[in-house]
Amino acid sequence: MIVAKRKPFEEILQMIAGHRKVLIAGCGTCVAVCLAGGEKEVAVLAAEIDMARRLKNQPIELGQTTLERQCDREYLAQLDDRAASYEAIVSLACGVGIQFLAERFPTIPVYPGVDTCGLAVNQDVGWYEERCRSCGRCVLDRTGGICPVTLCAKGLYNGPCGGTNRGFCEIDPEQPCAWYAIYERLKGQGRLERIRAITPVQEWRDTVPRTLLQPGYRKPEKAKS
Amino acid sequence: MMKSGSNLEKILRAGHFAFTGELGPPRGAHAEEVRKKAAHLKGRVDAVNITDNQTAVVRMASWAASLILIQEGIEPNYQMVCRDRNRLAMQADILGASALGIRNMLCLSGDHCLFGDHPTAKGVFDLDSIQLIRMVKQLRDEGKFQGGAEVDGRPSIFIGAAANPFADPFEWRVQRLAKKVEAGVDFIQTQCIYNMAKFREFIRLANEEGLTEKVFILAGITPMKSLGMAKYMKTKVPGMDVPDEIITRLQGVARDKQAEEGIRIALEQIAELKEMKGVHGIHLMAIEWEHRVPEIAERAGMLPRPVVN
Repeated sequence: MIVAKRKPFEEILQMIAGHRKVLIAGCGTCVAVCLAGGEKEVAVLAAEIDMARRLKNQPIELGQTTLERQCDREYLAQLDDRAASYEAIVSLACGVGIQFLAERFPTIPVYPGVDTCGLAVNQDVGWYEERCRSCGRCVLDRTGGICPVTLCAKGLYNGPCGGTNRGFCEIDPEQPCAWYAIYERLKGQGRLERIRAITPVQEWRDTVPRTLLQPGYRKPEKAKS
Repeated sequence: MMKSGSNLEKILRAGHFAFTGELGPPRGAHAEEVRKKAAHLKGRVDAVNITDNQTAVVRMASWAASLILIQEGIEPNYQMVCRDRNRLAMQADILGASALGIRNMLCLSGDHCLFGDHPTAKGVFDLDSIQLIRMVKQLRDEGKFQGGAEVDGRPSIFIGAAANPFADPFEWRVQRLAKKVEAGVDFIQTQCIYNMAKFREFIRLANEEGLTEKVFILAGITPMKSLGMAKYMKTKVPGMDVPDEIITRLQGVARDKQAEEGIRIALEQIAELKEMKGVHGIHLMAIEWEHRVPEIAERAGMLPRPVVN
């Protein structure tokens, strides 16, 4: 899932400093699961802002809502009659949701309430680890199901570098070395030949804004609203 | 067959035991600092590695310091890391380096930015060191850019790379060396060697795989300046293997004799490496100790350096 971390409170407060009526919009999917932008986090942020503004003698009127998903038009449409009554919106969705919301209501400033941190696994409640950079050229078949683009700090395709340290990365003794792990896994599977061949220079695909159109589908003449 | 015509290549192809040094460019624009350090190395080594923003700390560009060395009559070994530039910048620099007389190059991944003085910089790593080796080889031998277009004027570069026999997993280190050989590397300079037993085993495996017949291997030596340095190298530098016996030896002498003891250890290593099948030379990394290189070269029996025309 996509994981995010709430921005520092002072930063959010600064963004909305000039506004007196603000909607806080959560997202009920990924960011709710990773405890950054669901219904509960919306309520907490609203309470914090309310308190801080009262203390400053600058009271603010706050609306709260949490959409099922901010990356889908059908859910954004639920705000169509309410959005215009606010001076600004703070979105707690991931960067995708924030932008789609901002695009839906182009006359209203939309501010990010979170920093989007990647595509991660749920290791435990409140503990997430990045696993994919969505590079668009998956090599997991060759690397034992371990992503060198994401998990090697240098993103090496022909690792490990000389900095691997008893199975850990040179950048941090707690960060496992991806290539050490790749080696160990492939060795266990008897498939080391997979990394014996040189992986050629990457043809990067994530250097331009990407559009995905699945086979058999077409873009409509004009996006329906 | 001569590929670059560099002095280092000539020495190695003539079958001499090579001897290279290293120089870190200054943290500023003073050419004089490069010249001062270089003076200690002139005539004592076959080529001098010029590090490229080593440990991710910004310094004078490696190509620029390499050119200062050429002005001083010393052959540089131009280091290039993958951390700071993409394939366009790399190829442009390689062409420029060759045009201005640089004939040796060392292809490295580079230390992560987190180690340096700009820890939040974005590391490029468009290529890794193995892909870089292949790209240089393609420019030189096929006259083709990485993107496939024809090069009008191929660079003459003796292609080098590093090998660390001591990083994990040990069994994979020779395989990774094999990948570098397959990519087209001409010579290898190893990480600093302190664990001779492990290095012997590494070379034995490399000999067994026939790699030492396809690539020149220069064994990396860094004399310990002090007990403190040895302890630091042992505990703080990733991928470094400093056995207890080195620490014990340095502990066994008075503080003001530690540098001499460090040099003695290095001399003993060099003596053994000279006789080791599959080792073709020494790469002496006397870090911020350039002024001791003449003495070390002399005592190691490396002088005078052979001249090959």
